[in-house]
Amino acid sequence: METPKLYFIDGAVPETPAPSGTPAPWTETRVVGKPLPRVDAYERVSGTAVYPSDVLLPDMLYGAVLRCPHASARVKKVDASAAEKMPGVRAVITGATKAADLRWYHSRTVFTKLFDPTCRFEGEAVAAVAAETPQQAWDAVRAIAVEYEVLPFVVDYHKALEPGAPPVHEGGNRVGETQKYQRGDVAKGFAQADKVLEVTYSTAAEIHTPMEMHGCVARWDGPRLTLWESTQGVYPIQQRVAAVLDMPLANVRVIGSYMGGGFGSKLQADKYNIIAAVLARITARPVKLFLTREETFLCVGNRPPDEMRLRAGVKKDGTLTALEMTVVGTGGAYPAGGTSLVDWLVRDLYTCPNVRTESTDVFVNGGPARPMRAPGHPQGAWALEQMMDALANTLGMDPVELRLKNIPTVSQANEGQPYTTTGLKQCLVEGAKAFGWNAARRRSKGDGPIKRGVGVAAGLWIAGDGGPPATVIVKLFPDGSANLNMGASDIGTGTKTIMAMVVSEELGVPIERIQIENADTLTTEYATASGGSKTVPTESPAVRDAALAVKRQLFEIAAEELKVPASELRIEDDAVVSTKDPKANKKIAALQGLRRRGLIIGVGTRGPNPEGKVINPFAAQFCEVDVDTRTGQVRVLRFLSANDSGRVMNRLTYENTVMGGITMGIGLALTEQRVFDRQTGKVVNCNLHDYKIPTAMDVPAEIVSNPIDVPDPEANSTGAKGLGEPVTIPTAAAVANAVYDATGVRVADSPISPMRLVALLAAPGTRG
Amino acid sequence: MAKKPKDKSGDCPHGVSRRGFFTAVGAGAIGAATLGRAQAAAGAPAAEAGEPTMVKLRINGRTHTILAEARWTLLFVLREKLGLTGTKVGCERGECGACTVLFDGIPRYACMMLAMEAEGHEITTLEGLMNGEELGPVQTAFLQEDAFQCGYCTPGQIMAAEGLLRTTPDPTLEEVRTGMSGNLCRCGTYSHIFKAVKKASELKKAAGR
Repeated sequence: METPKLYFIDGAVPETPAPSGTPAPWTETRVVGKPLPRVDAYERVSGTAVYPSDVLLPDMLYGAVLRCPHASARVKKVDASAAEKMPGVRAVITGATKAADLRWYHSRTVFTKLFDPTCRFEGEAVAAVAAETPQQAWDAVRAIAVEYEVLPFVVDYHKALEPGAPPVHEGGNRVGETQKYQRGDVAKGFAQADKVLEVTYSTAAEIHTPMEMHGCVARWDGPRLTLWESTQGVYPIQQRVAAVLDMPLANVRVIGSYMGGGFGSKLQADKYNIIAAVLARITARPVKLFLTREETFLCVGNRPPDEMRLRAGVKKDGTLTALEMTVVGTGGAYPAGGTSLVDWLVRDLYTCPNVRTESTDVFVNGGPARPMRAPGHPQGAWALEQMMDALANTLGMDPVELRLKNIPTVSQANEGQPYTTTGLKQCLVEGAKAFGWNAARRRSKGDGPIKRGVGVAAGLWIAGDGGPPATVIVKLFPDGSANLNMGASDIGTGTKTIMAMVVSEELGVPIERIQIENADTLTTEYATASGGSKTVPTESPAVRDAALAVKRQLFEIAAEELKVPASELRIEDDAVVSTKDPKANKKIAALQGLRRRGLIIGVGTRGPNPEGKVINPFAAQFCEVDVDTRTGQVRVLRFLSANDSGRVMNRLTYENTVMGGITMGIGLALTEQRVFDRQTGKVVNCNLHDYKIPTAMDVPAEIVSNPIDVPDPEANSTGAKGLGEPVTIPTAAAVANAVYDATGVRVADSPISPMRLVALLAAPGTRG
Repeated sequence: MAKKPKDKSGDCPHGVSRRGFFTAVGAGAIGAATLGRAQAAAGAPAAEAGEPTMVKLRINGRTHTILAEARWTLLFVLREKLGLTGTKVGCERGECGACTVLFDGIPRYACMMLAMEAEGHEITTLEGLMNGEELGPVQTAFLQEDAFQCGYCTPGQIMAAEGLLRTTPDPTLEEVRTGMSGNLCRCGTYSHIFKAVKKASELKKAAGR
């Protein structure tokens, strides 16, 4: 499995030239690792940060999209004549508009029109309007008369596989062949087991719902198009938009500036980019087109819902003998990885010689999925980590003990290649200690109707290694201040801050004297989209390489002026100093050679990862809940996350990321669920009231981050592995295990809603 | 204590109610004003946009006189007409809190209020908490405690915290939770937000504000 490909849907993974050197790992750091506030905090708390949705251009119009209200329909006729005559309306585009007659690709193999007559999910684009105000644009959208032939639909992924189910595509509802994986012999493994358990688990579809809605502002200057886009990566947007509009890359500029969250849903261009560009072209005016919150529930991605039948065999001493998993899931109406990576933890997290998995991805008439924070992994953890808990219970073993019994040192799913580092054991041991696991397990569950319990779950993330390509430029000004030019978007994870810290570490420049450019295809260097927990391990070695390139040139200049060989120089604060004679020193700002040049430019690139090794982050999480057995209400009281993500680059943003992943995982466990109406195939909870994400009332005040701060020297030159996704992988399973500990009830289906839990509490035979 | 709002259309002491909002707008404009789901019935009659009227707004101590349509929300006018984009847009239906402003000192969702309803009231936005280029105490606390990730809900969170601390200068954790419960953060930074509100309370006291 080549992990970077997860995030490249538009062609081969590009490569960058080799870095200029292979610096030794840092032995001690002066800046990196410190808990520093963000370099762009001022902009974000003062309101001066301009997010794409904040962009106001002179003479700007507003766009709105008419979307298909049916789960499956054919557009027979679109009459826009009334809409075109409405006040403020400047353009209406439909499938009949020549400028909008464009080919759109949903995946590498499936193409449709931009406004395709066949609508395979509720929310598919049918027509669009540009008007002087958004209110006028929506008036016009409502005035477009569309004649639909409403077709039979299927939104339930089990029903989609039944004979006679309405086909979402010609050729049926299977997305390719069932994917199979096998090692060893599971029949033999189950025969060796003392205990065998089989449970069918499921997770509901989640919606990303970043706070800033998806959208862009489009403006033309003659043949050149500029897009201000709320995105995790400006370059993938540029690539797709240029391809669809058949334009040179050089004529498509994508400005990322700030962005209000993505979680995987803003890694790719969307039809709205093209629609905005076409509307702007036709009207010869800038067009702002942001989706409504309701639209973001329908057509810009989701975490696929999956059903996972898991059978596990274990010996009395806790040794796993066999794991067998059958996954069925859906990425919606187009190929979008409905079961992608759901089985990965079963294949790789614990030592097990006999493993077999089968994954069947199914089409339904629902919005296409997009990668959502650790694709497949939280679903897989929901099944595997609840199963580990059930096995421990069956054997009368502590759940932490059972996991420790099965810690692998090599990646079995990668043909036994060793991990560069694995902190899984430390995560479990140190996490349990810091949480007070043993004492918490022994405490009474409570005599009244409110029961208390604790749970544990672990995980790893298939990626988080990063890798080429990445190019970064660091500039040093003659006064010793610096500029960092990097095309990677800071999606809220603190990327810019961490990279500034790397520059500061190497060049001694204080963080406040480093200017950082926001992602922009015109002005910043090539970077892949920020996703896959790979931004820090990808970009930070490239930044270090660029800073070292500056340092080499700086030392050459200083060597001449100090009459000291360049190899005997180091930087101390704002001066270059001889390592042999501290009196031989000069302030960087006083170097005549630097003044004469005006600027030193260092170019850095990202080298390849080590051959034959696997770089993964690991995690273990512990939580405590109480459950009101009368109402089924679950309260999460505290959480602890022990993460091995290599070096901690910034203790403050690290902790923040951990907390965010746990919060999102609590949503998966307890409240989040996209609901289709069975009668119509429409999504009934397209808003933040009916689709409930965690609020300030739903998360524990005590979320402890307990990092296993061990730099990974083989992974890359900064020793960091990814963090953003591993922090949400075990969370929901840990909550489910705590609910079991409190009540004796195993909730196999997410979310653990009060309704579902009280029903299970009342049902005979579900406890134990 | 903050002044009791003199809102005529709403009947909820801590924000305009949905019923009050609908009464004020009139049925015809609701669909348009709330920018509801796009799949309105084909050929449905379009809402009457109405003639723009003069509206005088007091925002951050300055008076703005603008021509506004009756259906324009305060949020729309702040962001798209006055360029005060510190106030963010997250749902336009009173669910997320990204557009929270202070309305006579009390946190309210700017998406759930018409611009004309705001006439005669004192509106404070994120920009109004600044002292020139200096951050206010709540903003400083959010910076120091790293109480955000992407930062998009942050202006609303800061306004909610500001409003809470004006009525409850020394809140307990439960009061902080309740006070901040109308503001969603998808990045999930609530625990740091709790710390930031406590810190802001200290900073405000130290500054005598």
